[in-house]
Amino acid sequence: MAKAREPEQTDRELTMSRAMVEAIATEMRDDEEVFVMGEDVADYGGIFDSTEGLLEGFGHERIMDVPISETSFIGAGVGAAQQGMRPIVELMFSDFFGVCMDQIYNQMAKNTYMSGGGVSVPMVLMTAVGGDYNDAAQHSQTLYGTFAHLPGMKVVVPSTAHDAKGLMHSAVRDDDPVVYMFHKRLMGIGWMPAPDGPKTGVPEGDYTIPFGEADVKREGSDVTVVTLGLHVHRALDAAESLADEGLDAEVVDLRTLVPLDIETVLESVQKTGRLVVVDEDYRSFGVTGEIIASVAESDLDALDAVERVAMPDVPIPYARPLEKEVQPDATDIEEAVRSVNE
Amino acid sequence: MYSDMVTARHYEERLQEEYLEGKQPKFDISAGPIPGELHLAAGHEPAAVGVCQHLEDEDTVTAPHRPHHIAIAKGVDLKRMTAEIFGRETGLSKGKGGHMHLFDPEVNFACSGIIAQGAPPAVGAALAAKKRNSDAVAVSYLGEGAINQGGFLESLNLAAVQNLPVVFVIEDNDWAISMPKGRVTDVSDGSQRASGFEMPGERIDHNDPVAVYEAAERAVGRARAGNGPSLIEVQVHRRMGHFMGDAQGYRPDEEMEKLDELDPIPRMEERLRAAGLDDERIESLRDAATERVEEAIDWAKDQPQPDPEDAYEDVFTNPPEGPAAAETGGDD
Ligand SMILES: Cc1ncc(C[n+]2csc(CCOP(=O)(O)OP(=O)(O)O)c2C)c(N)n1
Repeated sequence: MAKAREPEQTDRELTMSRAMVEAIATEMRDDEEVFVMGEDVADYGGIFDSTEGLLEGFGHERIMDVPISETSFIGAGVGAAQQGMRPIVELMFSDFFGVCMDQIYNQMAKNTYMSGGGVSVPMVLMTAVGGDYNDAAQHSQTLYGTFAHLPGMKVVVPSTAHDAKGLMHSAVRDDDPVVYMFHKRLMGIGWMPAPDGPKTGVPEGDYTIPFGEADVKREGSDVTVVTLGLHVHRALDAAESLADEGLDAEVVDLRTLVPLDIETVLESVQKTGRLVVVDEDYRSFGVTGEIIASVAESDLDALDAVERVAMPDVPIPYARPLEKEVQPDATDIEEAVRSVNE
Repeated sequence: MYSDMVTARHYEERLQEEYLEGKQPKFDISAGPIPGELHLAAGHEPAAVGVCQHLEDEDTVTAPHRPHHIAIAKGVDLKRMTAEIFGRETGLSKGKGGHMHLFDPEVNFACSGIIAQGAPPAVGAALAAKKRNSDAVAVSYLGEGAINQGGFLESLNLAAVQNLPVVFVIEDNDWAISMPKGRVTDVSDGSQRASGFEMPGERIDHNDPVAVYEAAERAVGRARAGNGPSLIEVQVHRRMGHFMGDAQGYRPDEEMEKLDELDPIPRMEERLRAAGLDDERIESLRDAATERVEEAIDWAKDQPQPDPEDAYEDVFTNPPEGPAAAETGGDD
């Protein structure tokens, strides 16, 4: 029978936002060069609680509220990082990167390469992703694929408080730019209730989770479900329902897109023969296609059946029945798993 | 102007009630009849009515994330706008846009939830008017927080250098979510930015709709006459949180206490009385506004929810041949 792999044992449960903040606070205490910059990160504590409480400990000099000028303050993060500081810069919603994309994908992501390795950019760009709260097309995108597609940035997507803390420690200590994409629905914000899954035990001390190590969140023998972020929890829900039907699904949480742990995915597919990839980002030219192509390239014979579940290629609509239609849910995942098992 | 002001105010109060239904005592953004976030503009009315009085249907307005008062002043269809906010099939955008993305092409009204990003399209509407030798103008509304954004400053420059008929209107409510203006800029009078582009800039203090009306008369007149862009900054007051659910812990009590005293609606009423309007007439204008709002809300709530399959329509005006979005979607 399948058994979930437990996170590191501890009785202390935290929401994902508390876990992220704990890691940031520790890094700031340990290193004077770490600071946070973004819109509404100080007095408000971050619209999604990503910096809640940091102002009290560190003051406005190190938890910096900045004007609504993303080109300028994200670019300033790049400049400070090139001087050897370790800025954590928040872009309030990943949807807003359109106004400041040059600083992200031409400056932050490419300066190391273009300088022949002479310059490094140890910066964390933290941003909220995801829908499921009816905020329509400009505030609900997930955009994992866009950031992962453009070379030069590491891309991190936690799904639990335990992972969120360890990945944040790794992100701040990394000498390269890291885009840390947290899903709003996982944060445990008062006004946007989270599912139960992301609130996990979190060790008090600091610990790192290496990039490029996917985590098998549920072991199973019939089908491999590969996903990340919010959809880890939807896949786990689907796996529970499917278990009642006698279908045993393995759920692989990618945790980082760059670097991508295709080995763990491959091992799982070699065991199950069937692959379902689930992503809240748009279907075309994205994570789902990338995972399937990488598995096919490595071991085409291992694949008996493949299916993808993703956001269709439409801007995310506002009305509840419309958003529900396009957002992949546990039922969609169940159907896909059944279909690769036929 | 007064009618539009009270219509907008009553509308915001009623939307607030509807929005909070099911969200009390515990606020959950997914509960209640109105989806998504809601940004209300109570206290911003003078900036909307004073300018839009000078506009015709052909004139373009681009509004930001806090758009209802401007939409009402511009003459956006109130019933269909309300149906949109409730996410219904007969809404302005068939339930696809929602409250931050109201589009009414009949009266050339559009919105964007991305800060300052309505300014460039307003410049484009003005460019089209100039190329076609029409006397239409374009107005772009933004908050004082938005004017530190590159898109705004670039738009001022392009409008100036091309001598385009556009009026930029800044609603200065002193707050950008939790950030007071004094902490994001050293320029306390935003209209001064106009001087860097050699265009006229005016600031209207005290949230005065008549002064806005007069300044807009000059600015719109100048644009229509082919004399180029201008900038108006209007002092307004945000009577509520940035969005519904914002507890405003960052806002000083003294400021909150002054809000009623600064409310532009009673002050406008006093002005009307001084000009000779009796209470009965004022009351009847209020009643008419209430009736219009109630009718729109009742109508909107009766409208059907959109069919889930409609999610796949309207991505393109001229959809490409081949598999439709629906067939490549997650729900097949
Ligand atoms: C490019 C971009 N950055 C940030 C935001 C998030 N945001 C929405 S409204 C807002 C504050 C806007 O303040 P202001 O322009 O003064 O308008 P107000 O809300 O006060 O009417 C912010 C930061 C956004 N929507 N778009």
